[in-house]
Amino acid sequence: MGDPDMPSTAQLHPVPPVDRPAGAIAASLTEATVRFGAFTAIDGLSVDIEEGAFYTILGPSGCGKSTMLRLVSDLIPAASGEVSIFGKSTEQARLAREFAFVFQDATLLPWRSALKNVELPLEIGRRRGIDIPVGDKTPRELLKLVGLEGREEALPHELSGGMRQRVAIARALVCQPKLLLMDEPFGALDEMTRDHLNLQLLKIWEETGVTILFVTHSIPEAVFLGQKVMMLQSHPGRLREVVEIDLPSPRTIDMRDTQDFTRYSAYLRKLLETC
Amino acid sequence: MAALENIHAADPAVDIERAAARRQKMIAIGVPLGTAAGLILLWQVGVRLFAVPTYIAPAPSDVAYTLVDKFPILLANFWPTLFESLLGFFVGNIAAVLIAVAFVHNRMVERAFFPIAVFVNTIPILAIAPILVLIFGPGLTAKVVIAALICFFPTLVNMVRGLQAVSPQALELARILSASKSEIFWKIRLPSSLPFLFSALKIAATTCVIGAIVGEWVGADMGLGALIIDATFNFNSPLLYATVFMSSGLSVLLFATVSIVERMVVRW
Repeated sequence: MGDPDMPSTAQLHPVPPVDRPAGAIAASLTEATVRFGAFTAIDGLSVDIEEGAFYTILGPSGCGKSTMLRLVSDLIPAASGEVSIFGKSTEQARLAREFAFVFQDATLLPWRSALKNVELPLEIGRRRGIDIPVGDKTPRELLKLVGLEGREEALPHELSGGMRQRVAIARALVCQPKLLLMDEPFGALDEMTRDHLNLQLLKIWEETGVTILFVTHSIPEAVFLGQKVMMLQSHPGRLREVVEIDLPSPRTIDMRDTQDFTRYSAYLRKLLETC
Repeated sequence: MAALENIHAADPAVDIERAAARRQKMIAIGVPLGTAAGLILLWQVGVRLFAVPTYIAPAPSDVAYTLVDKFPILLANFWPTLFESLLGFFVGNIAAVLIAVAFVHNRMVERAFFPIAVFVNTIPILAIAPILVLIFGPGLTAKVVIAALICFFPTLVNMVRGLQAVSPQALELARILSASKSEIFWKIRLPSSLPFLFSALKIAATTCVIGAIVGEWVGADMGLGALIIDATFNFNSPLLYATVFMSSGLSVLLFATVSIVERMVVRW
């Protein structure tokens, strides 16, 4: 109520979705296996991620949700199997900044202002003459997009947890990635803030057409955000099911009280119990 | 303008709050100052009451008189010590920072040299000072080396810790951005080490003065250290006390300077 750092839902007017090439594949995992020593975190995971879709990833603790994002983002190697992003290897995709990562913790550099943090990806590699893809939105415009206009010069410690996470999202978008990997980005935030950021993220997704892989612990969040919910199972980490969420777009907070929403939630909760 | 005045006049609660804050601040400054003044007064009365000879313990009034009377001499000896302290401060800290960077970049260098650094640090500065004066002679160099040596170790340890105090997630972010080793160093490691560096520099700001004075004790005819030795041997206690006062003033000056620079640099 009246919190000045929250954008009101009225601002989040629906935007016609960007044209998405039907059926194109953003990322593809084929029999991908990840081992940490003797422990198998992911065992023969095969899945195609459709371009432009919003995937949420659910599963019990230790099912390899985060590991899957780390595998796709080239932070950890696959022991066997293949991962490709837009037909490239994960390393090539990383070098070309095809994807961006949003961590649970905003991971801002505390000595840099909000604006300077958003500009960081543009600075890395510039002196080495690497061709950095620059999005059509400037860092300032991105901060405005996430509702932080006027706070460009604020240092991270002067911002709330939700605002810091929004800076992190703006930073992730600055090179205009085609794939956005989000590892429980709103897990540490209170429910009000989380609702607002969920709506904002949906708006960004609709405006940019970016493909999103979003790991969460929360079933309602998974249903609310996702077009498709990927359910992983643990010991070892495998794909259990991809559930299509057929709710109207754009989503609204009130939709969570509808019967359809409850039905999806109940189905996923039962599925999760058997994972 | 009128609006501004209105806001100011409309809220007497703010004025009361501000007055309370001001009172708090006065208490915070006034209590320690009052205590110090009381102790000095006690010292003055005690020395006079028990008729303590001046060469054993001078009264504060004698020290104050000497401080004013002998100020030109004190100042003439202040400058060399300041110069030695500052040179030692810069030499010692720059060496420590560079070696810390080498340690962080190459674990073998750290394994090879860190035990030696620890060993050198365990030698009391008073014990090593004569050796350094023998090596470098009675001139400026020995004092600077002693002051540098005393600054070196705390800065080395803090700087190594600071350079390693980068969150694993910041390094993952750097990896996703395909940052080079030197980009990680300049954009992440070095800035995040600054708070650690400054806490070491604040220690060094006071210890470098100790180093310079110890160096002057072993062999010098100018400087606050030399004046301390001179005043002691001549039983000139008021001058001795005044010199000690100047020495501590020098430490406070350097400490305050580092603190101000810290506040300008480390804003987070």
